[in-house]
Amino acid sequence: MSTVVDKNPALRASSLQQARLPGWAPYALVVVSLGLGAGIGTALGMGNPFQMGLLAALVFIIASYALGAVVEGSRQAKNRLATSLVWVCFLLAVVPLLSLIWETIDRGRTVLDGYFLSHSMEGVQTILPGGGAYHAIIGTLEQVGLAALIAVPIGLLTAIYLVEYGRGRLAKAVTFFVDVMTGIPSIVAGLFILSFWIIILGFSYSGFAGAMALAILMMPIVVRSTEEMLKLVPDELREASLALGVPKWRTILKVVLPTAIGGITTGVMLAVARIAGESAPIVLLVFGAAGINNNPFEGAQSSLPYYIYEQWQLGNEASFNRAWAAALVLIAFVMILNLVARGIARWKAPKSGR
Amino acid sequence: MKTDIEPTSTAAGSPSKVRTRSTGRAGDKIFLGLSRGSGIALLVIMAAIAAFLTYRAAIAISKDEANFLTTFEWNTGSSPMRFGIAVLAYGTVVSSIIAMVIAVPIAVGIALFISHYAPRRLAAPVAYVIDLLAAVPSIVYGLWGALFLVPHLTGLYTWFDDYLGWTGILSYQGGAARSLFTVGILLAIMILPIVTSVSREVFRQVPKMHEEAALALGATRWEVIRMAVLPFGRSGIISASMLGLGRALGETMAVATVLSPNFLIETSLLDPGGGTFAQNIASRFKEAGNDGRDALIASGLVLFVITLLVNGAARMIIARRKEYSGTAA
Amino acid sequence: MKLQRKNRLRAIAAGALAVSGVLVLTACGSDDNSGGGGGGDSKAASNIKCDGKGQLLASGSSAQKNAMDLWIKTYGAACKDTKLNYKATGSGAGIQEFLQGKTAFAGSDSALKPEEVKSSKQVCKGGQAIDLPMVGGPIAVGFNVPGVDKLTLNADVLAKIFNSEIKKWDDPAIKALNKDAKLPSLKIQAFHRSDESGTTDNFTKYLKAAAPKAWPHEPGKAWEGEGGQSADGSSGVSSQVKQVSGAISYFELSYATANSIKTVDLDTGASAPVQATVENASKAISEAKIKGTGKDLALDLAYDTKADGAYPITLVTYEIACDKGNKASTLAATKSFLTYVASEDGQTSLKELGYAPLPTEIANKVRESVKSLS
Repeated sequence: MSTVVDKNPALRASSLQQARLPGWAPYALVVVSLGLGAGIGTALGMGNPFQMGLLAALVFIIASYALGAVVEGSRQAKNRLATSLVWVCFLLAVVPLLSLIWETIDRGRTVLDGYFLSHSMEGVQTILPGGGAYHAIIGTLEQVGLAALIAVPIGLLTAIYLVEYGRGRLAKAVTFFVDVMTGIPSIVAGLFILSFWIIILGFSYSGFAGAMALAILMMPIVVRSTEEMLKLVPDELREASLALGVPKWRTILKVVLPTAIGGITTGVMLAVARIAGESAPIVLLVFGAAGINNNPFEGAQSSLPYYIYEQWQLGNEASFNRAWAAALVLIAFVMILNLVARGIARWKAPKSGR
Repeated sequence: MKTDIEPTSTAAGSPSKVRTRSTGRAGDKIFLGLSRGSGIALLVIMAAIAAFLTYRAAIAISKDEANFLTTFEWNTGSSPMRFGIAVLAYGTVVSSIIAMVIAVPIAVGIALFISHYAPRRLAAPVAYVIDLLAAVPSIVYGLWGALFLVPHLTGLYTWFDDYLGWTGILSYQGGAARSLFTVGILLAIMILPIVTSVSREVFRQVPKMHEEAALALGATRWEVIRMAVLPFGRSGIISASMLGLGRALGETMAVATVLSPNFLIETSLLDPGGGTFAQNIASRFKEAGNDGRDALIASGLVLFVITLLVNGAARMIIARRKEYSGTAA
Repeated sequence: MKLQRKNRLRAIAAGALAVSGVLVLTACGSDDNSGGGGGGDSKAASNIKCDGKGQLLASGSSAQKNAMDLWIKTYGAACKDTKLNYKATGSGAGIQEFLQGKTAFAGSDSALKPEEVKSSKQVCKGGQAIDLPMVGGPIAVGFNVPGVDKLTLNADVLAKIFNSEIKKWDDPAIKALNKDAKLPSLKIQAFHRSDESGTTDNFTKYLKAAAPKAWPHEPGKAWEGEGGQSADGSSGVSSQVKQVSGAISYFELSYATANSIKTVDLDTGASAPVQATVENASKAISEAKIKGTGKDLALDLAYDTKADGAYPITLVTYEIACDKGNKASTLAATKSFLTYVASEDGQTSLKELGYAPLPTEIANKVRESVKSLS
């Protein structure tokens, strides 16, 4: 509190009508509350820096309100309270998210190297270090690729139907159920394929079974994003083409789709990125394998999410390290897809005629 | 059905009338057939999922010796099966509520930070990073939760216990922090990005005129937000939270890695125990027999219905808001 | 239009690049981990008879996962045509998957129940599933109590701990058995398995046999005790014990060794407390009797043994296969693999991992049974 008293006379002198805190006051307050937080934290015997941070945040919020109330009046004090709360929110959210990224990179890089990327777990004793995630990478690529092969055509055509043709009850029903489908928990999609494909039809566990569950999850995303993109295509283009006597289907293929292709690609890539990280249905459907299996239609496969779960379950240091490394690979894969998708969106944006 | 669709699609508007007179009719028919076929395929898949789940669930519930809704037990191995979803429903709802209580205010805070508070140089990258974080796979959150978050929460929980242990809800007996509260925290972190980015989108659409008018009247920044931004964005925030809630309810692997499951409802949220629908399915499916699978499918159906209701509510709010802003514009 | 066509070409090119990238990728990985980092000193067993081709799926007990890893490694090095996948899902899941015909054989820590044998007749055309004991081992009771290196408990106290009747580490009952140890006033965190498991089955059978009064529950694969915390798999509980101060749980000795967790010595009524070691477990296992009939070799373990130096909490893990009517596609490989596992080499290689080889007479019978699989 002594700092507050020190500041007061200077403030009064510098302002004319209403007292204002100087611009550096919040920064000073940050330093003071950090110090207080650490001090009180140590005094109470909390060893955890995160708790001290929380304490410091609390001190900061209260102090900035009090300081504002004393110097500037209650309206400004409330404003300061809101500002400090918003900043604290931001920091509070950034801490775990940064920690997640940092932890993954820091622990993943210990085993992530060329060997890890090019070898499977075949013949590795799981309690010892060694082995790699190559088989899981292949599994993920193939399963996601197959899922996209199923889901993208169906999703694209459905979106075309909804935007270009659909007016009747069928279109309304499809729109509604696409919405419903976006809300399917991934484990439910997995349950469906497992019971239907594996138990009732009697097929074996395979990468393809996983791909089908992923396709169910991917379809509605593709429909939604494609629909949005097709709606953005100006009607003038369609009308011009039709007026020239081009049949509607050629108009769609040659005019509408090429105009929207950038946005559609972005949507598809984001959908792929989304399903690449799905673990729940995969765990139920692909069985998991230690060796390389390039055939997604027969035999057990692995995948990156499965591999992470498997290695986590094994529960020793060597397998934890492998899990982190695989997590790093998976995040990198998903992030690259995202960045490229956003890149395409930005690059195509001006041309789509906004 | 078919006769119903044909005329509507040919009479879809002036452009299609042009089409009917043009060449390439066969191509048109094929293309229409293909695209409508995909739409129908989608419906068939949905119908298959719903029908199949309901059918298997009905079988399981008819074999259930105990009350499906109120039993604190999941015993599908023995020949008269006894199972109930009470613990799962409780765990799912409680962990999701904890997640919402933590995530929504913070997400709105971040959205406001990006749209109204952050220095411009910081706002764009922050928004970008938050969007990217929405793409981090849930199993990675699970791994991080189990290996990093859980060990770091014991201190916080002991602290809670010291000061708030008398409430009963926040008492803590030590041990691994693999509890519903931890699940709630992890889910909060997971849904933060999506709630943030939807709310931010809404805040961006607030009419600039309203804000400028408020500022001109001498309002502080907080008063601008309270009087112009939040009222406009309220329904947007609600629907964003609902979308987040939908995710939290169905989250599987992150919960399965972090929770230490049992079939009891504990008074304390910090002590290990409990379960959620999705977690229960993931951890029991592999060892369930045919009947046990049906029982899990029954619980999956309940989860499915709950998420449908939540998502439906969110869509309705969004739709209403669209109508509202449509008439206003 | 021109621009757009160019873009489409570009998109196609990108797609083609992605596809060919995947194709190229499929060619550049390697299953061969024998060179680097694999660790262990597996002898290239020359007398493995390879037979059969393709993938062999198996799943089940996590107790034999570490043994399986080593067997698969050695076997795979000799037989390049067979790829074996063993998934440690827990004994219950393993038997389920086997009974659904999804796997070639199952690993289980407890023998089949009569109703399981009955339903196995659907999978085994003209035969039924049999239990083949493959390896034994001690179930260690691992603990994590700060400042305590050596802990002695008896069946009674163990039962009470796992039934939440003894709640603190400085309980008089524990103190009475450990006069020299500095026991802290710390809450006991007893972990049990959340999944169905043969380890739980064997552990509770021991508690029931050795302390029937303190352990009122029926032994079984699913945990019946009061309270406590749970985790998935042997690895799950052992990593919890490693992390949580005040924790105690049961798992195979190999998990304790791998995670360097301290284990409890048992006061069985013998002249001195018995340590959880491979030798002591072998001693207890050698007292086991075969209770299975015909080719089925299910064992009856002596949980209440009081012999000197015999560690009574043991499990014998079985491989479960059909005596007749194994799938033609997997029979040859299954037989060849199990023959190796039951062989002298397969058995003795496991000692370092914390497993106890089968007593000779039982091993001989297993070899006969494996030979007759069809």
